[in-house]
Amino acid sequence: MILNPAKRELLAAELLEAEGLSPEGRSLTKDAMRRLCRNKAAVVSIVVLVLLILVAFLGPYFIPHNYEDPDWAAFRAPPSWEDGHYFGTDPNGRDLLARVLYGTRVSLAVAFVATLVSVVIGVLYGAISGYFGGRLDSIMMRFVDIMYALPYILFVILLMVIFGRNVYLLFAAIGALEWLTMARIVRGQTLSLKHREFVEAARASGQKPLKIITKHIIPNLVGPVVIFAALTVPEIIATESFLSYLGFGVQEPLTSLGTLIAEGTDAMESMPWLLAFPAVFLVSLLLSLLFIGDGLRDAFDPKDR
Amino acid sequence: MYHFSKKFLATAMFGALLACSAHAATINIHNGGDPQSLDPQKLSGDWENRIAGDIFEGLVTEDAKVNPIPGQAESWTISDDGLVYTFKLRDGIKWSDGQPVTAGDFVFAFQRLMDPKAAADYAYLQYTIKNAEKINKGEIADASQLGVKAIDDKTLEITLENPTPYFINSLMHYTAYPVPKHLVEAKGADWVKIGTIVTNGPYKPVEWVPGSHVTTAKNDQYYGAANLKIDGAKFFVLEDQEAALKRYRAGEFDILTDFPTDQYEWMKKNLPGQAHVAPFSGLYYYVINSQTEPTKDKRVRQALSMAINREVIGPQILGTGELPAYSWVPPGTANYDEPSYVSWKDEPYKQKVEEAKKLLTEAGFGPSKPLTLQLKYNTNDNHKRIAVAIAAMWKPLGVNVELVNAETKVHYDQLQRGDVQVGRAGWLADYNDPDNFLNLLVTGVPMNYGRWSNAEYDKLIKDGNLEKDLKKRAELFKQAEKIALDDSAALPIYYYVSKNVVSPKISGFEDNVQDIHRTRWLSIKE
Amino acid sequence: MLSYAFRRLLSTIPVLWIAVTACFFVLRLAPGGPFDGERSLPPAILQNLAAHYNLDKPLIQQYLYYVGDLLRGDLGPSFSSEDFNVAQQIMIGLPYTFTLGMTAFALAIIIGVAVGCLGALYQNKMPDYVLGAMILVGVVFPNFLIAPILQLVFGIQLAWLPVGGWGDGSLKYLVLPVVVMALPHAGRISRITRGSMIEVMNQNFIRTAKAKGIGPRLTVMRHALKPAMMPVVSYLGPAASYLLTGSLVVESIFGLPGIGRYFINAALNRDYGMVLGTVIFYMVLIVFLNLIVDIAYAWLDPKVRNR
Repeated sequence: MILNPAKRELLAAELLEAEGLSPEGRSLTKDAMRRLCRNKAAVVSIVVLVLLILVAFLGPYFIPHNYEDPDWAAFRAPPSWEDGHYFGTDPNGRDLLARVLYGTRVSLAVAFVATLVSVVIGVLYGAISGYFGGRLDSIMMRFVDIMYALPYILFVILLMVIFGRNVYLLFAAIGALEWLTMARIVRGQTLSLKHREFVEAARASGQKPLKIITKHIIPNLVGPVVIFAALTVPEIIATESFLSYLGFGVQEPLTSLGTLIAEGTDAMESMPWLLAFPAVFLVSLLLSLLFIGDGLRDAFDPKDR
Repeated sequence: MYHFSKKFLATAMFGALLACSAHAATINIHNGGDPQSLDPQKLSGDWENRIAGDIFEGLVTEDAKVNPIPGQAESWTISDDGLVYTFKLRDGIKWSDGQPVTAGDFVFAFQRLMDPKAAADYAYLQYTIKNAEKINKGEIADASQLGVKAIDDKTLEITLENPTPYFINSLMHYTAYPVPKHLVEAKGADWVKIGTIVTNGPYKPVEWVPGSHVTTAKNDQYYGAANLKIDGAKFFVLEDQEAALKRYRAGEFDILTDFPTDQYEWMKKNLPGQAHVAPFSGLYYYVINSQTEPTKDKRVRQALSMAINREVIGPQILGTGELPAYSWVPPGTANYDEPSYVSWKDEPYKQKVEEAKKLLTEAGFGPSKPLTLQLKYNTNDNHKRIAVAIAAMWKPLGVNVELVNAETKVHYDQLQRGDVQVGRAGWLADYNDPDNFLNLLVTGVPMNYGRWSNAEYDKLIKDGNLEKDLKKRAELFKQAEKIALDDSAALPIYYYVSKNVVSPKISGFEDNVQDIHRTRWLSIKE
Repeated sequence: MLSYAFRRLLSTIPVLWIAVTACFFVLRLAPGGPFDGERSLPPAILQNLAAHYNLDKPLIQQYLYYVGDLLRGDLGPSFSSEDFNVAQQIMIGLPYTFTLGMTAFALAIIIGVAVGCLGALYQNKMPDYVLGAMILVGVVFPNFLIAPILQLVFGIQLAWLPVGGWGDGSLKYLVLPVVVMALPHAGRISRITRGSMIEVMNQNFIRTAKAKGIGPRLTVMRHALKPAMMPVVSYLGPAASYLLTGSLVVESIFGLPGIGRYFINAALNRDYGMVLGTVIFYMVLIVFLNLIVDIAYAWLDPKVRNR
């Protein structure tokens, strides 16, 4: 189909309008927020998440014990109101409430940093690879293949060796390992998106590839990306605790929810509180993140109006 | 047709055999790690020893309490100078293929063990044999120079470098097991493959699924086969102790060779009498660097040692009641009676802390100049707990501790390079003798991670090892131990315990300091 | 198509070579060696061991030996086993891992797609929330927590299933490990299916179908499922590669033979030969899986086919 330039411009504008990608981005965001607020699950989840964050960061100032000093009089003590160990103590006599709050803080930080790293790298990488296709695509995807094929514990060991032990590095390292799947999903989506009319139209109207990717491709990826990012969070928290379990996690006396759960699992019958409290925190945290992810997806979906 | 029927017959017989074994008395043992090999000279772990000791037998073997008793040798004589051992082999001993076990098999096995090309990890345990070390190091190329000689098929003569009081004990070790010369020469490295391997112990291996289990069956050629009450064992690979305990509770395992310390209280209540905790000849200790600041100062080392409240570690932190260690050699070690103890052993803990504070002040540390230390441990729940507790015990002294854990390979690499201030280590005795522990602190020994060095100590150990009179030898060793403890050469923390869970169906299981329980002494009632 | 597949397989050979080379040298940078452990070996013994495995030669020479052996199809010895070399160990574990992995993969797809479609059909209604919450358990809880809970409930308290072990390989031994392996992937697949299905259902051609009066179930089956599977298919490649390479956690909790443990343990034990062996195995597997994913893409979306 050959169109004359004027008609082509008109079609492009129409398509952009139809896809809800009009230049007034602000109204789009406002719109999305309004829709998000109508989603009950998402609203409740946001409240829960905010509460969790507040409790994790402010809670330690209001409780009688800190997270690192043992109470020599209370080892493996079940929850009790009298001595101020509301969640009980661990096998080292440390207050579980304080440790759970601290662990939540660490897990939130891990999840946030690592997810951010993985989303940024994964989306850019996948979109570029999928959009340009051809030789570049196959080289970029081969690189992903290589990355997949390396046992990733090896990466972590090497990073630890080269940079020394550093919690932030660990977060970044986990994020830098999690982007691969994201990149593949984004590439898959981009492959089908780039032949859609509005992208062809934008290309025909002479827009630069980078601009097409950021303006037209990436906004249309929000759905899958947000959902996958929300799915990446539990992955990262589990990975973090798995790494801690192997000895590459946060150093004692610091802790994380995953580490606490790994410890609690070992004693689930003899000291159930060690598992129950961290598990409740972890489940609330992850469920709220997932529902927020879903809510965002529904709200930002440009086609769902 | 002939071939077919023969094959068919074999299959049918195998099937019948399987059907039989289903009714036979077999035992399921949780064995921990995956064995590296079935070849007795290529092993290094206790889980491998459990299998190897059931399928092979040395000149000397162990009874249910791990005292040495005649094995393939029915008797032996020792020359007056303590250097030459002459063993008389039992009559009619056979490999599981019916070939006789001869003195030549032992000579072959020892020569193979010392062959540098075979690169056996534990060859050094038999360095007490004449020329063994030189052959293993490649200094003597002629293997026949080794001090192990076959006088005839039934008589074996072993010559030692020095008189060694624990030599008979060390012959119970798997490095001293024979290998079938006829088979190894015919098949080479493939001789250990299931279907080919022949053994001389009470059992023979019949199946091995790496990562899952090794199955053994009675060896009918064994001289004591008639007395075996158990027809075979399955040694299961399972590193997760929690999972192992669950499988035990479900009746899938009959014996657990370890259990999670946290479950001890629970087991005492719910599985009464089934959890066995017994003294074990091993020491859990902290290495402390004697070459670098700030632990170069003896006062700092002693302060740190005194401030460890050892009495709470076994009962409270681990929960299995490990006994506090104030000596270097665990009590109950053979040829030693009571070890030497640190001078402050019986002081109340408060007083120890006060003295420790004073020592640190004398050494120049205090509120204005706090002592900062790195405490390294290898990744493990119990090591973590102890490190966390000890860091908390040192905190009142004004010591800031940074905990650093690393995977086992990295941890020991750091220890060996001396890249450590305070670090976790442990030692399980290879053979029951104080020398096995005291040797760890001798100058230049690779396991002397703290690089502690004392000329007098070295001399006392050397003199002790040349001393033929056991009493005098023990005296010299005790003096040496005192020197090391007074100088806080390392920080002993607790003596290991062995932890087993044994089903009430099993009888004949005897707790012992080496934690070795051969299937041949057990019986099972359905 | 066939020549395309062949070209892709061929093009992975240099990639494989780069990965093996990088791994070979990078591994040696890691601190600690294969023979470090609770007991330090005397220098003489270490010397013998190094000579036995050629570790005393210059690194570049070791590399040439390795590549030479590799070209002859020999993956070399493993430090953690005297009786089986790397190739033998992988081949012994593979049938177990594949049995578990394939079963878990099938289960994950069936549960995931079904739950995802129901969620989309009843978007923000009761079935969506209930099923969603149930499947989320698999995503939220780490497998090292789910596995012992299942063992406790089904193995000990109800005593319906064996707690662990491969036994004779019959179904009852497979149930628990397969469920533990499948759950997180079923969860992810259901989330992805739900999201993409909602997106597809809102597109014009589906609206048209709805407007024509076709029932919602029929709409899903006939029109929406295929386009909605696109993002799911991209996830299936990685999911299959996770499942078919086994799981250290599942193997070590259930005491199963398999190759999952090698991926972690080989690196932790500095078992150089085994690390390279697993890298090669994993890469070949990934290339095949990606190829399958690309073919599935082409089938689902005709626009890609015209590329």
